[in-house]
Amino acid sequence: MADRRRISVTINGDTYEREVETRLLLSDFIRHECELTGTHVGCEHGVCGACTILLDGMTARSCLMLAVQADGHELLTIEGIAPNEEELHPLQQAFMDNHGLQCGYCTPGMLTTLLEFLRDNPNPTEKEVRIAISGNLCRCTGYQGIVDAALDAAGRLRGEAGA
Amino acid sequence: MGAKAMGARVRRMEDPALLTGRAVFTDDIHLPGTLEAAFVRSTHAHARIRSVDASTAEAMPGVFKVVTTADLPPDLRKTRVPFQVPNPAITQPFQQRLLEDEEVCFVGEPIAMVLAETRYQAEDAAGAVAVDYEVLPAASDCRDALAEGAGLCHAGSDNNLCAEFKLGYGEASAAFAGAEHIFEVSLWSHRGAGLAIENRAVVAEPDTLRDVVTLWSATQSPFLVKQNVVDMLDWPADRLRVIAPEVGGGFGPKTVYYVEEALIPLCAMMFDRPIKWVEDRRENFVATNQERDQYWKMALACNGDGKIRAVRGTMIHDTGAYMPWGIISPYISATTVPGPYVVPAYELTTRVALTNKVAVTPVRGAGRPQAVFAMERLLDRAADGLGIDRAEIRRRNFIPTEAMPYSFGLIFRDGKPMTYDSGDYPRCQAEALALADYDGFASRREQARQEGRHVGIGIANFVEGTGLGPFEGATVRVHANGKITVYTGGADSGQGHWTTLAQLCAEPLGVDPSDIAVEVGDTGKIANGIGTFASRIAVNAGNSVHLAATSVREKAIKVASHLLEAAEEDLDIENGRIFVKGVPGVSTTLRDVARAVRGMPGFSLPGGVEPGLESTEYFSPPQAAYCNGTAVVEVEVDPETGRVDILNFAMAHDSGNLINPFIVDGQVQGACAHGIGNTLLEWMGYDDDAQPLTTTFADYLLPGAPDVPRIDVVHVESPTPNNPLGVKGAGEGGTIPALAAIVAAVEDALSPFGIALDDVPIMPGRLTELIGEARARMG
Repeated sequence: MADRRRISVTINGDTYEREVETRLLLSDFIRHECELTGTHVGCEHGVCGACTILLDGMTARSCLMLAVQADGHELLTIEGIAPNEEELHPLQQAFMDNHGLQCGYCTPGMLTTLLEFLRDNPNPTEKEVRIAISGNLCRCTGYQGIVDAALDAAGRLRGEAGA
Repeated sequence: MGAKAMGARVRRMEDPALLTGRAVFTDDIHLPGTLEAAFVRSTHAHARIRSVDASTAEAMPGVFKVVTTADLPPDLRKTRVPFQVPNPAITQPFQQRLLEDEEVCFVGEPIAMVLAETRYQAEDAAGAVAVDYEVLPAASDCRDALAEGAGLCHAGSDNNLCAEFKLGYGEASAAFAGAEHIFEVSLWSHRGAGLAIENRAVVAEPDTLRDVVTLWSATQSPFLVKQNVVDMLDWPADRLRVIAPEVGGGFGPKTVYYVEEALIPLCAMMFDRPIKWVEDRRENFVATNQERDQYWKMALACNGDGKIRAVRGTMIHDTGAYMPWGIISPYISATTVPGPYVVPAYELTTRVALTNKVAVTPVRGAGRPQAVFAMERLLDRAADGLGIDRAEIRRRNFIPTEAMPYSFGLIFRDGKPMTYDSGDYPRCQAEALALADYDGFASRREQARQEGRHVGIGIANFVEGTGLGPFEGATVRVHANGKITVYTGGADSGQGHWTTLAQLCAEPLGVDPSDIAVEVGDTGKIANGIGTFASRIAVNAGNSVHLAATSVREKAIKVASHLLEAAEEDLDIENGRIFVKGVPGVSTTLRDVARAVRGMPGFSLPGGVEPGLESTEYFSPPQAAYCNGTAVVEVEVDPETGRVDILNFAMAHDSGNLINPFIVDGQVQGACAHGIGNTLLEWMGYDDDAQPLTTTFADYLLPGAPDVPRIDVVHVESPTPNNPLGVKGAGEGGTIPALAAIVAAVEDALSPFGIALDDVPIMPGRLTELIGEARARMG
């Protein structure tokens, strides 16, 4: 009964080929078909931002896309941010150093959103950071640690010593 | 190494897994053969169920079973949630059934559970289950619910009053009779939701061969879940193991136990298949407990110098349709009112109303934000009426620091007389005022007025009973390979238990916190536990870890003294080595001691000790540890749009000794943000039929990064004498005064309009309405 298509999606450099229902959400595809469970789902109506991924380098709500729409595209999720198993990306390290996470549930969306933002705005103000993450809800931190982490990471990514 | 772990700003050991996507939350668990569940929930706030027809749904693709009441074992069809926290004041302790087939009492009450091969199929079928309802009158607003002729929350009951109690001390009537001044307020604070970003989630894996079920649940309290499930299902305790894996935020609603947590393991055993259910956001708005609807009518009697003579009044508390947590929230509210002030007489009558809404159980702050709102509004009215500065009237009424420990005649929810153990309330307020540059506000206001801007400042103080018993436990174990693990019962939903407890374990054992693993929230790893709520883990689990690690240290030294043939008092531990002081070459290691006390077949254990280098301690606090704090908030209000900008949020917080200030700062900041949301944005709407109106994040607004200012925190550390570490809880303190301080600041900003703010949330529409009315009055 259900309409099914064969799709091929590259996530963090690995290619996943699956036959999926056309109605399958991209978030469910990533989490339950590919078992990359680092991307989280908090509302499934596009407001909380926890499920944000990078689609061809641009942020997208994976709960507002169908898996079939990602056919042939390249995705980056939280699992693909660190350079290797031992090291953290400077943004991840900045989150750790500035207490930018508590329960960690909103973190995947915060990281992907800020990766795109800091790429396009390497030297942001605090206000710009707050606006950049205004589509990502965090109930734990009051955002202060996240904002500090983003500003700290911007310095690290610009290569400023001691930033 | 390790010696200075207490009080150090240690980076969190939880973070790498969470930052790289390796951490496992409940919905991340994929077990082969899992059935996915979706619930059929009542769409009416109050209705009689005529029939439930699942025949169409059961024939749909992928559907394994539609479970209704008739499919449950006969002795469980009528079973209700066990009542955990009885109180003689409760006269109608209504509790939920596993599934309802007679009378539903709130939108969201479960009627049937669909099990299918995929979640998509389960949801398709849930939509095809036909429920025939006879709609009944409903109780919505809790004041109306207590009026004559109100719709009954539960058909067949006499009325909607389920509890009534009077608390107080002193001679309030006499104090009022002779008072120079009396100030009165009528206040309303509306419902909000906890709204962890992770919804509730449950996975049950049956093992029918061994007759056991493993239940993973996104809960704050795996031990409470276990106890309730085995009680409700009448199971042997050993049949169930409950694990809280990573939990994506709690904030109170994940403290209590829900029927889904019993129904799912029951069905997993019945059908011998793993079952997973993950709540969706709309379900979370209708089926996860909420808090804060209270109406207060309060009066304060005082002298001309602002000295309080008495406080009295009445309060109506909305408890929703069921009372899984009894009257804990309103009871805490009632005992929080006097706060840090000398209130010679106090009298409050609380009436608890049943309404056709999801149950009310504590949300971060747990009844206290409303009570602080009441007391602080009274003081603001008195200050304004008497022409006394708002900070000064508070200063005049503080309990003097030298009066600690201070008792005043109330019994707290822990059953013990309320005795504030320690605290320096005058200093706390002074620190907050300094942080906020309170003295410079007059000139800032003048400057703003010249620019046509409206700024205001507000102050609120609170005292919070934290670290409630009965106990929490910890096992500290040095494994035979030298690795150290701490086990404790309360789950972690962002508090950083691993890091904090490792710090406490590291110090006595002379190792680095990073050498210690911490396993939390698993009923299979320690015999007893309670859970993470009521700001209780640092006090209860923290002291247990401290005691257990100290005991392991003593045992290690005792055994080492035999191995090294040295006196115990000559030995010390550093970096995992036990050595003779001054002769570091004569040494052994924790690992070798752990191996020695594992024993060799046929030989005695050295020193006659018990086997295993480990200790389990259960710390049980003698009473609550009273945390306190002051919030000073400065705002700007745009009278044309009703927009409130928080310009400055200063918080002085006293939670005793700090284990890790890095983590405590985050707890306080996050708690303040929660209070900001509750005050300015969060409104859980219900219509007159108790139908929820705000069930998405587009309707119910949470604060985002631009809505929350930088929050400046200063710590005052008054250690409690009631536990060895001198610590108090820190998880809720920011939320408690935020409401009162922000409302006071907004009212102050709008003082040219003479507006009194008595209701929260204060959303832009409401503010512009009040400003419009004021302008009309002013002509």
